[in-house]
Amino acid sequence: MSTADIAGKARAPWMALDKLGVLIALIAVAGTVLPFAVFRANRIVLGEGLQIPFALEALPALVLGVLIALGIAIALMALSPLVKLVGGFVLLGALMILIGLAATGLIPPGDSFARVSPGAGFWVLVFAFALMVTDALARLRLGPWQRITILALVGAALGSLLWAGTFDDLSILKEYANRAPAFWAEARTHLVLAFGSVAIAIVAGVPLGIVLYRIRPLRAAVLNVLNIVQTIPSIALFGLLIAPLAWVAANVPGASAIGISGIGLAPAMVALFAYSLLPIVSNTLVGLVNVPETANDAARGMGMTDRQRLMGVELPLAFPVVLTGIRIVLVQNIGLATIAALIGGGGFGVFVFQGIGQTAMDLVLLGAVPTVALAFAAAVVLDALVEMASTRERAR
Amino acid sequence: MRAGLLIRLVVFALLVAFLVNPEAFAFVFAPLASNGQPVIYNQGSLLDLTLNHLMIVLIATTLATLVAVGLAILVTRPFGAEFLPLSRSLANVGQTFPPVAVLALAVPMLGFGTAPTLVALFLYGLLPIFENTLTGLTGLRGPVTEAARGMGMTGLQRLTRVELPLALPVILAGVRLSTVISLATATIGSTVAARTLGEVIIAGLLSGNTAFVLQGGLIVGVLAVLIYDGLSAIERTLSRRIGQRARA
Repeated sequence: MSTADIAGKARAPWMALDKLGVLIALIAVAGTVLPFAVFRANRIVLGEGLQIPFALEALPALVLGVLIALGIAIALMALSPLVKLVGGFVLLGALMILIGLAATGLIPPGDSFARVSPGAGFWVLVFAFALMVTDALARLRLGPWQRITILALVGAALGSLLWAGTFDDLSILKEYANRAPAFWAEARTHLVLAFGSVAIAIVAGVPLGIVLYRIRPLRAAVLNVLNIVQTIPSIALFGLLIAPLAWVAANVPGASAIGISGIGLAPAMVALFAYSLLPIVSNTLVGLVNVPETANDAARGMGMTDRQRLMGVELPLAFPVVLTGIRIVLVQNIGLATIAALIGGGGFGVFVFQGIGQTAMDLVLLGAVPTVALAFAAAVVLDALVEMASTRERAR
Repeated sequence: MRAGLLIRLVVFALLVAFLVNPEAFAFVFAPLASNGQPVIYNQGSLLDLTLNHLMIVLIATTLATLVAVGLAILVTRPFGAEFLPLSRSLANVGQTFPPVAVLALAVPMLGFGTAPTLVALFLYGLLPIFENTLTGLTGLRGPVTEAARGMGMTGLQRLTRVELPLALPVILAGVRLSTVISLATATIGSTVAARTLGEVIIAGLLSGNTAFVLQGGLIVGVLAVLIYDGLSAIERTLSRRIGQRARA
C-alpha cells in the first residue's frame, strides 16, 4: 500500500475533495455571477439581466446566497451520495421557488405588459445542482420502484408549486394564461400522436417481428426497407407523405370522412408510425432469436404446440427486449411529434414554431418544457419497467 | 450486393443530375404544382442549398466527433473515472431532449441563422458518438488489454495502438448515427433561417406547393440514405480488417 493510500484513509471523509464537486462548484459560481432573472418592459423587447441581489429582495437574496454556498460545500466534500441527493433537491427546490418570487417582486403592480423570465444564471445554477442530483442518483443505483417514486415525488412537488401559483408571474406562464385552452388541446394532440403511433406500431410491429422470426429469408429485405425509412429525416418524410395521402383522400371513398388528408394529423401519424416500426420489429426479432434453445427444447418435450410455445415461452422470454424497443420509440416519438406542427399536425411544436416566428422565447419554452418533461418521464418509467421485466425473468 | 451497389450509383447519378440541372426534371414534378405555381424551387439554387446543408453537417459532426471521443477517453482513464457514472446518465438524459427544442433554445444566445443550427447539431451529435465510444472502450475483452499491458505498453500506447483501433468500428457506428441525426436536424434548421434544404420543404408547405415539398424531401431523403450506406460500408471494411464480425 502506498503512502498516498494511507494518507487518504487517515483523513476524515469530508476532507477529501470530490473532483466532480470542483466542476459543479465552478459552474455554480458562474451561475451566481450571471443574471438570475431577465426583466423586459414588454413581451418582445430586449431584456435587462438582473443578478441575484437586484432580482430578489434582501432576505430571499441572502437565503439564496447562503443556500448556494452550502450547496457548493456539499458538492466539494466527499460525502455520501444520499446527502448530495438531498442537498441537490433542496437547492433545486429553492431555485424554483425563488425564481417565482423574483418574478412577483419585479413586476410593477398593475403592469400587464412587463415580463420576467429566468436568466442565464438561473439555468446555470439549475444545471449545476441537477448534475449533483444526477450523479448521486447514478451512484445510489436505486431500484426501479425507487426511481419511479422519486420521479413521482418531483412531479408532485413541481405540480403543487404550479398549482399554488408560485410561477404565475413568470413569462412562460403568462404565455400559458393567454392560451390555456389551446395548450391543453395541443397537449392532447401531442399525446395522441406520440402514444397512438407507438400503439399502432406495437400492434403491427410485434406480429411482423414474429413473422420474420419464423420466415428467415424475409428478414434482410424487410429490415433493410425499415432501415431506409428510419434514415429519412422526419420533416422530409412528413413532406413526402403529403402527396400520397392527399391522393388517397381525394380518390378513396370515405377516406376523407375518417380524417385522412394531405396535411394535418394523418401524415404526422403515418410518419411517426413508420419511424417506430424498425426498433419494435428488430427488437422483437432479436428477443425471439435469443430465446435459449434449451427452453424451446423443454417446451417441445412437454408436448407444446408451436402456438403454445410462442405464447407461453418465446414471447414472455423476449418481452424485456421488445419493451426496450418500445422505450426507444416512445421517447423518440414524443420529441419528433413537435415537428408535426410544421405540417399542421398540431402538438407542442405549434408553440415552439410560433415562438421562433415571433422571437418570443418564452413561447418556445411553453412548447419545449412539457415535451422534454414528457420524454424524460417516459424514459424513466420505461427504463424502470424494462429493468423489472428483465430481473423478474432472471429470477424464474 | 452488386445489384444494391448499382442501384445506389444510379440514384446518386440522378441526384447529381437533378441538382446541376433541375429544370430538366420539371416534367416529374409538374403534375403536383397546381394553378401556375413554379414547379422547381426558384428562391435559390438547389445545388448551393445542398452543399451548404452538407457543409453544416460536416463541420458539426467533425467537431462533435473530436469532442465526444476526447471526453469518452477522459472518463475511461483512471483520472476521469469519477465522472463515468455521471457522464453515462447525462448521455442518457440528453437524448430525451428533442432536437427542435435544442435548436429553438440556442436562438436567444446566438440569434437567427447558421450559428444556432451548428450549435444544436454539435450538441445533439455528441451523444451517440460519446455513448458508442464509451461502449467501444469499456467493452474490450480483458485478455486483450492484459496482453498489451504484459507487453510493457504504456497507457498512451495501449490507448492509441490497442483500445482505439479495436473500438473504431463501434465509434464509427456512432458517427454514422450522429451524421444521420444531423442531416435531419439541419433540415429543421431552416425554421431558424439557416440556409439548408429544409427551406425548400418549408417554402412548399407555406405556399401549398407539393412539388417543392417533394423535391426537398427527396433530396434530403436520398442524401441521408446514401451517406448512411456509405458509412456502413466503411465500417464493415474496418471491422473485417480487425477481424471482428460487423455489427448489425
